[in-house]
Amino acid sequence: MMILSGDPPRSRVLSILLVVIIAALAVTPLVFPGAKAMNVATKICIFAALVASYDLLLGYTGSVSFAHTMFYGIGSYSIAIALYSMGPNWAAVASGVVIGLPLAMLLALGIGLFSLRVEAIFFAMITLAVASAFLVLASQLSWLTGGEDGRSFQLPELLRPGTVLISKDLIGFELNGRVLTYYLIFIASAAMILALLRVVNSPFGRVLQAIRENRFRAEALGFRTVFHLTYANCLAALVAASAGMLNALWLRYAGPDTSLSFSIMLDILLMVVIGGMGTIYGAIIGAAIFTLAQNYLQALMGAASNAAADAGLPLLPGLLHPDRWLLWLGLLFIASVYFFPTGVVGRLRNPPRRPS
Amino acid sequence: MTDIAATGALPKPKRDILPVLLPAILALAMLPLIGSGSSWVTLTVASLAMGMMIFIMASGLTLVFGLMDVLNFGHGAFISVGAYVATLVLLPLAPYAQADSLLTNLAVLAPAALLSMAVSGALGLVVERVLILPVYGQHLKQILMTTGGLIVAEQALYALWGPQIIPLPLPTSLRGSFIIGDIAIAKYRVLAMLVGLVVFAGIQLVLNRTKIGLLIRAGVENREMVEALGYRIRRLFLGVFMTGSGLAGLGGVMWALYREQVHASMGNDLTVLVFIVVIIGGLGSIGGCFIGALLVAMVANYGGFLVPKLALVSNILLMVAILMWRPRGLYAVTSR
Repeated sequence: MMILSGDPPRSRVLSILLVVIIAALAVTPLVFPGAKAMNVATKICIFAALVASYDLLLGYTGSVSFAHTMFYGIGSYSIAIALYSMGPNWAAVASGVVIGLPLAMLLALGIGLFSLRVEAIFFAMITLAVASAFLVLASQLSWLTGGEDGRSFQLPELLRPGTVLISKDLIGFELNGRVLTYYLIFIASAAMILALLRVVNSPFGRVLQAIRENRFRAEALGFRTVFHLTYANCLAALVAASAGMLNALWLRYAGPDTSLSFSIMLDILLMVVIGGMGTIYGAIIGAAIFTLAQNYLQALMGAASNAAADAGLPLLPGLLHPDRWLLWLGLLFIASVYFFPTGVVGRLRNPPRRPS
Repeated sequence: MTDIAATGALPKPKRDILPVLLPAILALAMLPLIGSGSSWVTLTVASLAMGMMIFIMASGLTLVFGLMDVLNFGHGAFISVGAYVATLVLLPLAPYAQADSLLTNLAVLAPAALLSMAVSGALGLVVERVLILPVYGQHLKQILMTTGGLIVAEQALYALWGPQIIPLPLPTSLRGSFIIGDIAIAKYRVLAMLVGLVVFAGIQLVLNRTKIGLLIRAGVENREMVEALGYRIRRLFLGVFMTGSGLAGLGGVMWALYREQVHASMGNDLTVLVFIVVIIGGLGSIGGCFIGALLVAMVANYGGFLVPKLALVSNILLMVAILMWRPRGLYAVTSR
């Protein structure tokens, strides 16, 4: 209970689901050592933390930010640029962290102080504007960021796939640098999610919920709402930047498409909404469902598209083409906002009563 | 007995003139920096034309927000749909569009623009009924729903037209420039300015001289009161939404011709620009939106000429500066 900050899942099915997901993630390198399974598992870990931090904003304070990928990108790029320019050593990783986190936080502070004073809707528009300017900057300043190509870099010796720590014949599986990186990401993500759980169940988190429900009343009770909202914005930015750093460590690359694009923002929004806003646990569920679907359903779409093309149907092959994946995602998004505003977690906690 | 009858004339409502002068001040201030008079004229005309096009796209958005507190994040979809629909007319009729006669060219352009407006207006009807009506009054869900709508529209355009960029050449008689002395003014920019001025004048006339305009302005001021007086503000709102969508479609056609190409991502790119304009102008204010559009276009053009690197973030800097000065935009219309 302590570790969950007194906020258990409160539903048997949800608890089982969470245990299954976390256990599966914990044993992935042992059971499914293939590259694709490892990539999917890593993406679930990183996005669970990223989405949980977004949930702190969207679910707990009710403010829509479109700049979350910007912080994610700042984290990715700071690690990538540091390792690219300083060479593969731990000092570079450390300086990436030391530069990236304060940068993300200062930017979040600036945006927060600037736009959270007025209205939630202002915040949404201003974050959208700032994030798109940042995306343009990142792809234009190619001397620093590598432009559209991004930056590839080498990891420190210990984390490289070629580094074998314990060979296969000793314990039955190979413990190499890649597996070590995976567990680093797994533990860091879990720690961030638990920390966020702690934040939302603290008195501070209660104030955030009060602001979400009625900002005017929260202000009348004497809370400085701008301070609370800005603080939450900074915390979320910190976690997002950390998640971005983990992402860069795993991919050994940072570029506009993998860490800054608008489609990542959409993925995050979708995961929050599917999992359930304002629950933190929803982030884990949403990230797991979404990532699995994205990686394994796209192949299915391709097959369906080919089948439709073979059958000579008009229009369907285009609509089912794997590149049109976002079209169906968008429809799913609208449907889930409309029909399941509380998401999977909300449904499991309060199942709809059947008319008797 | 004290005399409470007013003796003098009523005090005139204070006119807030400074924002109106801002574009002119900015333009004049840039004259010495740019140095050459002819390039200053070219740049100023370019920014006026660009500003008018942005204004056409942004006007609907700001009115919809002012009237019903609905912020449509999918506004960009109408822009791209308008542009794509125009290609349906302009590409098959390319021989007429390329004929060297202003009349023939306009005879092709006008129906294309009208069709675009009609289709995006009709799409506006669908969006309002399907996406906005169910979540009416809930900001958070509105933002989420309309963002989803933007994605679906963009992807549907890709599915229908393919992901490639469609070239859309300008009609022959609109290409090239008028040359007066050493000043060159592109013909299409003059047309864009004219259309923008007509739209602005039209909106101002409807808002200030008709009963519907009176109701819209009253609705922006106080929605419940208008409803209490027996007017169906929902129907009024639907009308404004469709008109705004249609104007966004018109703006899309003009922008596509200006860039001479059509791509589904243009809606997404322009959404950001349109948002900045709407924020600068003050949500709900048509006049503010007009000035905001001019300012954004001027900063983009002058900035691009003087400090090309700065042009990437010039819009954000402009927005920050304006909001420092007036946190609710140039003209804060709503009390919300």
